[in-house]
Amino acid sequence: MIVTLLLCIVVTQLILFVLGFSSNNTFYEFINAAIIQGVPLLFGATGEIITEKSGNLNLGIPGIMYIGGISGIVGGYLYENSTAAPIGALCIIIPLLSSFLGSALMALIYCFLTVTLRVNQNVTGLALTTFGVGIGNFLGGSLLKFFGRTGSISLNKIAPYFKAKLPFADSLGNFGKTYLSFGFLAYLAIIIAICASFFLNRTRAGLSLRAVGENPATADATGINVTRYKYLSTIIGSMIAGLGGLYFVMDYTGGAWTNNGFGDRGWLAIALVIFAIWRPTSAIFSSFLFGGLYMLCIYIPGLSSSTTELINMLPYVVTILILIVISMRNKRENQPPASLGLSYFREER
Amino acid sequence: MDVAAIELKNITKRFGKIVANNNVCLSVYRGEILSLLGENGSGKTTLMNMISGIYFPDEGNIYIDGKEVVIRSPKDAFDYKIGMIHQHFKLINVFTAAQNIVLGLKSKEKFDIKTVSKQVKAISEQYGFDLDPNKKVYEMSVSEKQTVEIIKVLYRGADILILDEPTAVLTPQETQKLFAILRRMRDAGKAIIIITHKLHEVLALSDKVAVLRKGEYIGTVNTAETNESELTEMMVGKKISLNINRSEPKDLVDRITVEGLTCINPEGIKTLDNVSFSARSGEILGIAGIAGSGQRELLESIAGLQQIENGSIIYHNPKTGADDELRGKSPIKIRDLGVRLSFVPEDRLGMGLVGNMDIIDNMMLRSYRKGKSIFLERKKPKDLAERIISDLEVVTPSAQTPVRKLSGGNVQKVLVGREISASPTVLMAAYPVRGLDINSSYAIYNLLNQQKEKGVAVIFVGEDLDVLIELCDRILVLSSGKVSGIVDGRGADKSNIGLMMTSYSGGEAYENV
Repeated sequence: MIVTLLLCIVVTQLILFVLGFSSNNTFYEFINAAIIQGVPLLFGATGEIITEKSGNLNLGIPGIMYIGGISGIVGGYLYENSTAAPIGALCIIIPLLSSFLGSALMALIYCFLTVTLRVNQNVTGLALTTFGVGIGNFLGGSLLKFFGRTGSISLNKIAPYFKAKLPFADSLGNFGKTYLSFGFLAYLAIIIAICASFFLNRTRAGLSLRAVGENPATADATGINVTRYKYLSTIIGSMIAGLGGLYFVMDYTGGAWTNNGFGDRGWLAIALVIFAIWRPTSAIFSSFLFGGLYMLCIYIPGLSSSTTELINMLPYVVTILILIVISMRNKRENQPPASLGLSYFREER
Repeated sequence: MDVAAIELKNITKRFGKIVANNNVCLSVYRGEILSLLGENGSGKTTLMNMISGIYFPDEGNIYIDGKEVVIRSPKDAFDYKIGMIHQHFKLINVFTAAQNIVLGLKSKEKFDIKTVSKQVKAISEQYGFDLDPNKKVYEMSVSEKQTVEIIKVLYRGADILILDEPTAVLTPQETQKLFAILRRMRDAGKAIIIITHKLHEVLALSDKVAVLRKGEYIGTVNTAETNESELTEMMVGKKISLNINRSEPKDLVDRITVEGLTCINPEGIKTLDNVSFSARSGEILGIAGIAGSGQRELLESIAGLQQIENGSIIYHNPKTGADDELRGKSPIKIRDLGVRLSFVPEDRLGMGLVGNMDIIDNMMLRSYRKGKSIFLERKKPKDLAERIISDLEVVTPSAQTPVRKLSGGNVQKVLVGREISASPTVLMAAYPVRGLDINSSYAIYNLLNQQKEKGVAVIFVGEDLDVLIELCDRILVLSSGKVSGIVDGRGADKSNIGLMMTSYSGGEAYENV
């Protein structure tokens, strides 16, 4: 897995070299921007992969990522306003915990509806997305009014902790600027993806989780608690995805909230799951690729607005192509979990 | 050995009013293979499910090594080292054999699939299995999948093994291989129970035979001291009189002639092997056989739903007088000729009715093509639905009630009623009384008889021999896809039919035993 990472770096460097960009700062900026754009997608995709491996197709992820972001903002705002001299550690822990709480609550709603009450997963997920985006915009738009203030949210004291670079990044020239200049959440995204891959492929619990997503009746018969696995993987997956929202509001926008600012990144994360054929390690490289495609229009000079929209379509077009390719190759390992989207209930005999 | 590995005393299990097992006693010793023999629905699987923790007995006790135990869940059964190999494999297709085997096991040891593979290999060698632990299940043959299931329970340390009809899906060669392995396990001191209804297998493999009939425990005999006819008699019992009205067949004319019909399923096994017979108008032709002997394939072949490997099906058309070849015709064409199939599968709604649609809409499934305009004509189907409801006494709030809300018997009446309403020339009914109470069953028998009197050629696939003997004019007996005989329904001998059902095929595969 670390090999994959190194490979990413080597490949990008190679592209730079081949294209003769080695001294071109714009291209380094582009790579850097691609990674920054990729991080929220990677969080979302890793979370969704873990969720989908249990057979739960959680289309509520875009909403959950909104909630993950706004919960962090609310937590951070309340802390920033409660004390004159915020403590560094709490500046990170409080937004993190409130983000976790918000995403976990959303996942709990999803699980209660789809696992316990066996409501259709697609309907529930779509409803949660609408709900999450709505709640996010409502809180974002009215948080200051609750406290009788005007203006817009901006967490000046907390955000810098999320944006802090590695101390030696600037001294390493272009390499440092391109690969080491991110806040800690970016590195966490990669670590979580690698851990998720290890968990799914090398542990007993991971094996059980995949069994639940493939064939819950079989898993049940071998004594695996299907309901527990579905709840836990969906909740943990959502908490990871929520971090993507948190990264966006704390690091990317620097503690400011704009309504609908997160955009369609949640859907992109779901597309990324398919693109990465349900493998967290593939998601790492793919997320940076998607991030690059997302940013491409800015780095191509002289585009009209309609061409910009066409370029923005690229990630989705690539995903459709991947779907066609994997269905044509028809390799069983590359297929989605067999019971994805289906509710399980032990039949009344 | 003195103490039985597992002993059941006076086990009774009821599902609602139906008694699935009544006062069953059974014991198996280590180093012994016991066959549990019985017809379909005699309660064999129910009994074994109580040992493996899927059901809990209403009355009676279970002893393991002389100590009374309570088995409440499959996990309890594992803990008592009981392993059951079900008829339907419970395996994850994209996992390897080793992954499937270790799935769900809790252990404090470090999880390493290579160690598991080695252990699996060791077990394979010990008993003579042939299995690659790293092979994915979806690449395996049926017999390999079964091997995975067996090793799975052995890996969990089972020393009481229960196999539910393990040979149903195997070729004779694979069966022989399995039997060799089972004997080796017996010699290694394991207690083995094998559920089956194939007599030759019982005689070839087991040390003792326990027989169940309609939930009742009939007895246990030593295999060495018994023979096929004694076992058959224990299995099917004495004839019971049912008093079904049966009129004498009139104006017998051949309606369908089947010649040399052969079908092969995707696994390459012959489901029908050179079947020849004719169905005549004005009589009921019964088809008897153990479940899965090719009944379904036979009816589906006639209805145009099966891929036919070889043979011909000639339909003697009463309207034109011509002989039509049904093989290769589409199901719709065959239906238009007047051949009707009412098949009642295990899940009654699976074939023929749509559960979420109401009775009227289900009537229209068969007639909507007739309409001339682009709008559906609802009047006639509505009349038909109401007629069926009143004629067959279907209990339903209204004709607009979704079919899935009706009870099983009423669903069947709707299905059979619809097929009869089309005034067919050939009516095929498979298990039309499955799960029905006595009154509803008689209503269906009367319907079939009425059709017969109208000159329809009725083909009736049934499970209960008593019913077949009382209802049908002739009975065709299938055994492993072959016709083992056609007997006259009047005066047919029940144990003779039972013998024909169980002991026709596969003889040569066991002769070296």
